[in-house]
Amino acid sequence: MDILRAILALPSGGSTVADRIDLLHGFVITVTMLVSTFVFVTAAWFTARYHRKQDDQLTENVSATRGGEAVLIVGILSMFLLWWVIGFRQYVEVRDPPEGSEVVYVDAKQWMWKFAYADGRVSNDALTVPVGRPIKLVMTSRDVIHSFYVPGFRVKQDVLPGRYTTLWFEVKEPGTYPIWCAEYCGVSHSLMRGEVRALGADDYARWKRQGDRPPPDADCGRGPGSCGDTSLVEQGRLVAERRQCVACHTLDGQKHIGPTWARLYGSERVLADGRRVIADEGYLTRSMMEPTADVVAGYREVMPSYRGTLTAGETSALVELIRSLRDAPAPSGITLPRLEVTAASDGGTSP
Amino acid sequence: MSTTPLAPAASPAPEASHAPGASPRPVAHPSYLGVDTTLRSWLLTTDHKRIGVLYLVTLLATMALGGFFALALRIEHLTPNATIVSAMTYNRMFTLHGVIMVWLFLIPSIPSSFGNFVLPMMVGAKDVAFPRLNLLSYWIFVAGSILVLLSTGIGGIDTGWTFYPPYSSISATAVPLALLGVFIIGFSTILTGLNFIVTTHTMRAKGVGWMRLPLFVWSIYATSIIQVLATPVLGMVLLFVVVDNGLGWGLFDPARGGDPVLYQHLFWFYSHPAVYIMVLPGMGVVSEVVASYARKNPFSYKAIAYSSLGIAFVGFLTWGHHMFVAGMSKFDAGAFGVLSMLVAVFSAIKVFNWTWTLKRGAVALKTPLLYIFAFLFLFVFGGMTGVATASMSLDVHWHDTYFIVAHFHFIMVGGTLTAFLAGLHYWFPKMCGRMYPERLGMLSAALVFAGFFVTFFPQFLLGNAGMPRRYFNYPPQFQVLHIVSTVGSWVLAAGLILTAFYFLWSLRWGAPAGPNPWGSRSFEWRTASPPPKHNFRREPPFEIDPYDYTQPLPDEVYQ
Ligand code: HEC
Ligand code: HEM
Ligand SMILES: [Cu+2]
Ligand SMILES: [Cu+2]
Repeated sequence: MDILRAILALPSGGSTVADRIDLLHGFVITVTMLVSTFVFVTAAWFTARYHRKQDDQLTENVSATRGGEAVLIVGILSMFLLWWVIGFRQYVEVRDPPEGSEVVYVDAKQWMWKFAYADGRVSNDALTVPVGRPIKLVMTSRDVIHSFYVPGFRVKQDVLPGRYTTLWFEVKEPGTYPIWCAEYCGVSHSLMRGEVRALGADDYARWKRQGDRPPPDADCGRGPGSCGDTSLVEQGRLVAERRQCVACHTLDGQKHIGPTWARLYGSERVLADGRRVIADEGYLTRSMMEPTADVVAGYREVMPSYRGTLTAGETSALVELIRSLRDAPAPSGITLPRLEVTAASDGGTSP
Repeated sequence: MSTTPLAPAASPAPEASHAPGASPRPVAHPSYLGVDTTLRSWLLTTDHKRIGVLYLVTLLATMALGGFFALALRIEHLTPNATIVSAMTYNRMFTLHGVIMVWLFLIPSIPSSFGNFVLPMMVGAKDVAFPRLNLLSYWIFVAGSILVLLSTGIGGIDTGWTFYPPYSSISATAVPLALLGVFIIGFSTILTGLNFIVTTHTMRAKGVGWMRLPLFVWSIYATSIIQVLATPVLGMVLLFVVVDNGLGWGLFDPARGGDPVLYQHLFWFYSHPAVYIMVLPGMGVVSEVVASYARKNPFSYKAIAYSSLGIAFVGFLTWGHHMFVAGMSKFDAGAFGVLSMLVAVFSAIKVFNWTWTLKRGAVALKTPLLYIFAFLFLFVFGGMTGVATASMSLDVHWHDTYFIVAHFHFIMVGGTLTAFLAGLHYWFPKMCGRMYPERLGMLSAALVFAGFFVTFFPQFLLGNAGMPRRYFNYPPQFQVLHIVSTVGSWVLAAGLILTAFYFLWSLRWGAPAGPNPWGSRSFEWRTASPPPKHNFRREPPFEIDPYDYTQPLPDEVYQ
């Protein structure tokens, strides 16, 4: 494995998926080298062997046989399909976070990475994670498209404004691994770098106790400098009140103008147009930014769009709040009396 | 190996005489170059050959400009931080390099120059179906190119040739002007494609059935279909970016309610087929050159012809492989992966056919064939790295790194550019009636191949190591590979500059070529070099196949 990596100039494999991906890499590139060399050498050999002897030499027609063509096509296609089968399975594995991953929110902007942990702390450009546990990043961008790339883990995912994308990895060895932005995002694109600090169990526990304090001007959903000791879930509650989500949504399972947030995360939603979707981070953010895109069956289209109103920090806090309610007590089935809330405030900027 | 320079097939000089005994009119006819020599007669010409030459000269100029930016980019990377320019200048340069090389050079390269020049002759026609439209297409191309270049003057454009929003929606550079330029060039692409399709359908001489067309015609025909169908999508999507950036519409900007991923789908819906616009004509050149120098019929004519159409069709279904990490569902990603494998099979069929065409031939190793060998190696390598990236888990690591840069340069430079150079050497005698110096040709072919390989092979390794593309500053551990790559670019440039010199020299002092210096059976060689204005003086009967090397070529030249 190390020899393979040295030949291919690959960085050492820090994540649980790296070894298998590198094996496929070695296989694919070896075949590529062999085939291109084979074609080249064959052409050169034919050239030497059938060199033109006199200026007006004639040749007999030679044509491919059907059988030969068929063998060639089937052979090539099966080699390619083999690569695809292996590659696709690995791809699905890299895309699907395992159950029970620890979540960190990533907020990208020109030209820095911000990380918000579930316990409310934040950091810039340094992501601290424990080894041996799957970590799931829920990422969004405040401006243009960026791409979160850790070469040592063989993972990459574009980070988009107005949407949440996810990426997961599990680190094998403690150490630091560089993060590079892989999607061109402007003049300092190449300086948008960070690092993953993977800590062993003890170090991680110590970090959890002391950690890097949030920078004084960090934004945890209530404007600059709002990062205190409140956890992200707690902040989510505050945002839900401030932005008046609770005028239509409840946190305790009761139906209201809008569906309750209890047990919402991860559940299957039946939409008004008959589609069924799983309520993941992407769905939740879309519901806030573009409520009419996925209207839940049985509800009216009254929810205003919060695109451009909710900051990325607020959105992460809300998503984390809704995630925290996934195991809330079963809904009681009581329907609150309806308040006449109109969508007038269009995002409700007033507190 | 035969390096005997210029042993043309014993024909006399073109303008001085004509083929012995055969021609009904014993006077020398002026060639298309000689009929009228005023500047006006060139700029307003409707002769497909002159338009081909106009394109060729223009495209060589744009290629030189794009190459100049490339050399500057490489020099910048000699050190990990600023070397000769600032980050902003660097970003503008790689954008311009990409835009120029893709739209101002590669897309029109082979179809508009050699296609225009030889396709009508290959089907036995006097001209293309719509000669005036052809001229219009040229001037539209020039107008669009001027707009693109003007945008450089007023601040350049810094988005990369892919113009991804929302960055391109908010970039303060001259995005609207440059994109309008590309938009306008699109019309030229469509008109040229349309012209070739109609010409191939309606202008074939008597006796030139579909299965007797030279394979170059098939590949240009397939290319034209893509040009006509895909370019409108590019036009639309570029206009959207223009209104986003210029008028603040925000169709692709989420801050204003738009969707940036939609842009990527639309862009690649054009741009993946566009990579085949760039490479299919090159494949056509390969088919011609291999058969001519091997003096043999293609190993399987039908397989080569039909796989061109196959590529044109399946090429439309693979665009999603550019977006495996952009936020698409796993199912979609898997489907695009598998379809990408299919399109590669068609290319593989061609590669094996070309190689086996040499078998039991009578092969003469001349410069164009040397370029074809470079093509075979580099195209296979580049194409298979494409298949490798379509093996999706690998692309997660490679996407937007130097690996991708190496992949497409192997195909676009190692494939298309070498095919273009092969075509240039192969048809130069036909266009100008003079030979190029064979030894120098071989030398520069070797330089181009070596230079190319040293420039781009290290970029695969850089990509493996994780170096993202479009980086101005890079981590110092990558410096050695970057220096190797930069040095390679100088060797490549030396090869190309040498080529430019000896072609200029040959224009005046090259040995006279005669109608058919290569002894080819293809129809364009059955007239004088350079050909008369209407290509063939008499309606030629094309009694023998363009790939029939079993019988001697009739002496007759239909000039
Ligand atoms: C005017 C009432 C109203 C307000 C205020 C409101 N919503 Fe909604 N919301 C609804 C309704 C009605 C639905 C169901 C119909 C739909 O999907 O559009 C809904 C659906 C949702 C869903 C999808 C729920 C599901 O069951 O699938 C989410 C998530 C959500 N809202 C979040 C929010 C957040 C966060 C806020 C505050 C920033 C908010 N809403 C404010 C009325 C409202
Ligand atoms: C035959 C001519 C080909 C050309 C000219 C070509 C050209 C290109 C170009 C220009 C890009 C990069 C675009 C960008 O991001 O700026 C690219 C990427 C890609 N190509 Fe090709 N390609 C060719 C063949 C293939 C084939 C045969 C395959 C697969 C079967 C393939 C698979 C890919 C993939 C998957 C990517 C995207 C990789 C990424 O961005 O992560 N290519 N190619
Ligand atoms: Cu970036
Ligand atoms: Cu593609």
